[in-house]
Formats: sequence, structure tokens, C-alpha cells
Amino acid sequence: MKYRISKIAQQIPPSGIRVFFDLVLGMKDVVSLGVGEPDFVTPWNIRESAIFSLEEGYTSYTSNKGMIELRREISHFLKRKFDLEYDPEEEILITVGVSEAKDLVMRTLLNPGDKVLMPEPCYVSYMPLTALAGGRAVYLHTDKNNGFKLTPQQIDSAVDARTRVLFLNYPSNPTGASYTKKELARIARVVEKHNLLVISDEIYNELTYDFAHTAFAALPGMKKRTVYLNGFSKAYAMTGWRVGFACGPAELISTMTKIHQYTIMCVPITGQIAAVEALKHGDRSVEEMKKEYRRRREFIVDGCNKLGLECHTPQGAFYVFPSIKNTGMTSIDFCSQLLKKEKVAVVPGTAFGPSGEGYVRMSYASSLDNIKEALARIGHFLATLP
Amino acid sequence: MDEILEVLEKDARLTPEEIAKMVGKSPQAVRNAIKKYKKDGVILKYKTVINKELARDDVKDVRALIEVRVAPQKNVGFDHIAERIYQFPEVSSCYLLSGGYDLLLVVEGKSIHTIASFIAEKLAPMEHVRGTVTHFLLKKYKEDGDILKGKDKDKRLAITL
Repeated sequence: MKYRISKIAQQIPPSGIRVFFDLVLGMKDVVSLGVGEPDFVTPWNIRESAIFSLEEGYTSYTSNKGMIELRREISHFLKRKFDLEYDPEEEILITVGVSEAKDLVMRTLLNPGDKVLMPEPCYVSYMPLTALAGGRAVYLHTDKNNGFKLTPQQIDSAVDARTRVLFLNYPSNPTGASYTKKELARIARVVEKHNLLVISDEIYNELTYDFAHTAFAALPGMKKRTVYLNGFSKAYAMTGWRVGFACGPAELISTMTKIHQYTIMCVPITGQIAAVEALKHGDRSVEEMKKEYRRRREFIVDGCNKLGLECHTPQGAFYVFPSIKNTGMTSIDFCSQLLKKEKVAVVPGTAFGPSGEGYVRMSYASSLDNIKEALARIGHFLATLP
Repeated sequence: MDEILEVLEKDARLTPEEIAKMVGKSPQAVRNAIKKYKKDGVILKYKTVINKELARDDVKDVRALIEVRVAPQKNVGFDHIAERIYQFPEVSSCYLLSGGYDLLLVVEGKSIHTIASFIAEKLAPMEHVRGTVTHFLLKKYKEDGDILKGKDKDKRLAITL
């Protein structure tokens, strides 16, 4: 049967690395640095609170915006950590991970043809979600020479009459790059100058290693221009629970809630209850995990550089993004051969946009033993290249 | 605690070079620090954590927790009697506690009889020991932070974005 598929859906390019992914998933005993989630399980106190809630019979819908207890906890947390002030009644929406939040905010902000600036390489969903909402993604190239960071000049010269939104993600998946308060302040000036709105995906904010994380919305004058996105997946090792949140001006959150109400209704209650526990008693676990990641980061950066894969030190998240250019191979070739010959999985940089060519993403959300083993195998692989 | 110790406590097999990378010091600085820690007795020794529940021994050691009530002595309090008790190789741990009794011992032996005779012949008759209560250990679930199960499998997909 010939189906008539939506034109917009058709225009989204298929993921070019699906084949590679299937190859990895079909192979046994792979040493993987290709995983984009913590290697810790959710801390027990959080899991236990969810189990208890089920025993107690908490199985119903919640308010569309999410449980008020959770929104209040988020509000306290943001005040305490990042000096952000959001009203739990009007300015916070609980979403199915940051993924849903991104979709909602795009649909809320964009009209057909509106342009969205985004750094590239970047997380895979930004461009497709922009397109689905009728907008046009404009990639701003970053590379190792600028530490994979956007410069204010770059943004300034990319803006035209149709530019509405700047998408930020720091610390970044896949590059680990983050911005200091000063750097953000300079970006804020350009945002102000061109009357832009900012969608700031700060899901990795707890995993910032070299300086304190600054929320974009906490900069003077930026709260009214920013939709702040965050969630529980990375900091609390809660990826499978799918709980995130969006904070922003009441008018935007209310439109986002309207869409959310018709598409999702509400985030599963068990996850929301677990999230409350995470915020109430999770600080210590976060600190422990962060310490561990930081040590692995030093280890893997050093390891890559010693192997001749030039690697900048990422300021956050749990990824390194070393260059493989001196092998003369394309990213996908490098990754496929590494997988076939040494059974090590890393992600081709091109999964995250054209500027990712010549790079690979390695995750250090993996035990130190695994990282050592992977580095040794990569060393062997490089030594056997012609 | 010094980060070098923290890292070593988790994995004693790390080399000074590896630790140096992780804590951002030079390998020489790490080597010097470890040397000093050993000299000062901060680092006592390096051991392997073995899950004896899984190590198939023909004869399994029996363990008991023994509560001991003792009469403290003038000037030395409990220290003297504690020393006399913990010198026995059968005693693997010895703690002074607050509450209903004074010393808590972990005692290991080849069988219930070995432990029983240790108590009857050595521990209970000791001067200043007022009484003992013995609990034999039936199963260990978790010890010093390690859960004594087989290794958990990684449940994540091997590759995700």
C-alpha cells in the first residue's frame, strides 16, 4: 500500500548512523564508550520512594503541569543552586524529559520560516524538532579551535530578520563544552541587541567541573528571554524515568502546558514522586557521582592525547570529543573499523552534525576498568592502521 | 580525606601514574604521598575484597558476633582488656560500644565448636570479663559497602545518544 506521509515528516533526514547503531547492538562483548547515560543506577532512596508510592496506591493522573510538590521542590532547588526564581504555580512545567520540553517550546515559539540558531555539533534532536515546528535550523559551526563554543560575533553575524531563537546547550552533549559567566554575559548582550529568545538546555548543569555553572536565565535581563530546560536524567541517573522540566515566563509556560495537556496529559506519577525524593535527599549522591566523573575525565583526556587523538578538556557532562583527523579516516569509517577490529564502540562525530566530521564522541560514564580497556584497544587499533 | 586515599580506597591496584591523572598531581608527588602514608601507618596494607559466598570452599569459616561485658580498670579503662582480647587471631574485629554491653567482637573459626571453645576456654574465663552473648552469623548480605551478590550486569543499551 502506498501511504501518503506528511511532507514535514519526510523532510526530516533519516539518522545516518542507524546502521552503525544496529551493528553495535547486534554485537556481543562490546566495550562501549558509546553510552549517553550514567553508568550508575538511580540511587536507592529514590527507587525506594517510587516503590513505596506504588504500594500506597499513587497510580493516578496528576495535574497537567505536574505535581505541585515537585514544582515547589524545583523552585527551591533552582533558587538554592543557581539563584533562579520561578513561581511553581505559573512558571514551571514538568515534562517527559527535556526531550518533550524542547518539542513544546519550539512549537510554542516558532511560526513557519522562523529561524533558530544552534551551535553545531549539537544534540541530535534540535534540528528535527525545529523543522517539525515549522522553523529553520541555522547551524553555527564550532570546533576544537574555539573549544566548541559559540562566540558573540558568530551569533551577531548569523542573525537576520527571521531569526527568533538561540538554542544553547551547556555543558554540551556531545562536546562537553561549557561557558563561564563572563562568556555567557557577552552572549546575553547579543541576545538583547537582536531581541532574541533563548532556549537553554542545561540538563548537564550539575556535571560542571572547572567552574560554577551559571544558568542563562540568571543573567541580568535574561529571565524574560529564556526558557530554561533541565531534568533528572543525568544528575540523578534517572534516564529511564523520563522526568524533565521547563521554566520560563508564565505566558510561554502556559502555551507549552496547553500543548502538553493534549499530547501527554501528564508525566507518569511514579517518576514525579521519585523526582521529589531526588531533590529532597539527592545532593550527596550527585556529589559522589560528580567526583567519580571528574576523575575519569582527567584519565580519558590524558589517555586520548597520549594515543595521538587530540582531545580538549571538556568542562562538563561526561563526554570527550577527540579529533581523529590524523588517521585520515572519516568518523563513520573510524568507528565501524574500531568496532569490527577491536569491539570498541564510540559514536561518530557526524551523528551530531557536519562539523562533527573528524571527531568521535566517547562517554566516560563507564567504569575506569572499561575506559582503560577501551583505550588499550584503541591504541592497538591505531598501531595497526596502515 | 586526601583524594589520593579516596581513590586508593576504591581501587588499590591503581598505579601512581593513573592516580596522578585522576587527581591532577604529578606521579612523583603521588608516589611521595603514598610513601609517607605507608610510613605513618595511614595506609596499613592492600587487600582484595573476596565474596566468600561465591568462592566455593569445601569448609566455610564460621563467624560469630560476640557481645562482651567487661569491668573497666582503673587508669586504663577498657583499653587494656580490649588489647588482651583482640590479640587472639580468632578475633577479626573488636569495637568498644556505648549501650548495653562494652565490646563487640567478630570472631572467626573453622566450626561452631572452634568458636565455642574459644569462648569457653579463652574469652569467658578472662579476668574482668563479666559475661558474653554470642550470635552466629547465618548469611552475609553486605559488608563494608559491598553488596555480596554476583556482579550486576550493565542494563544499558551499548550505544545511545
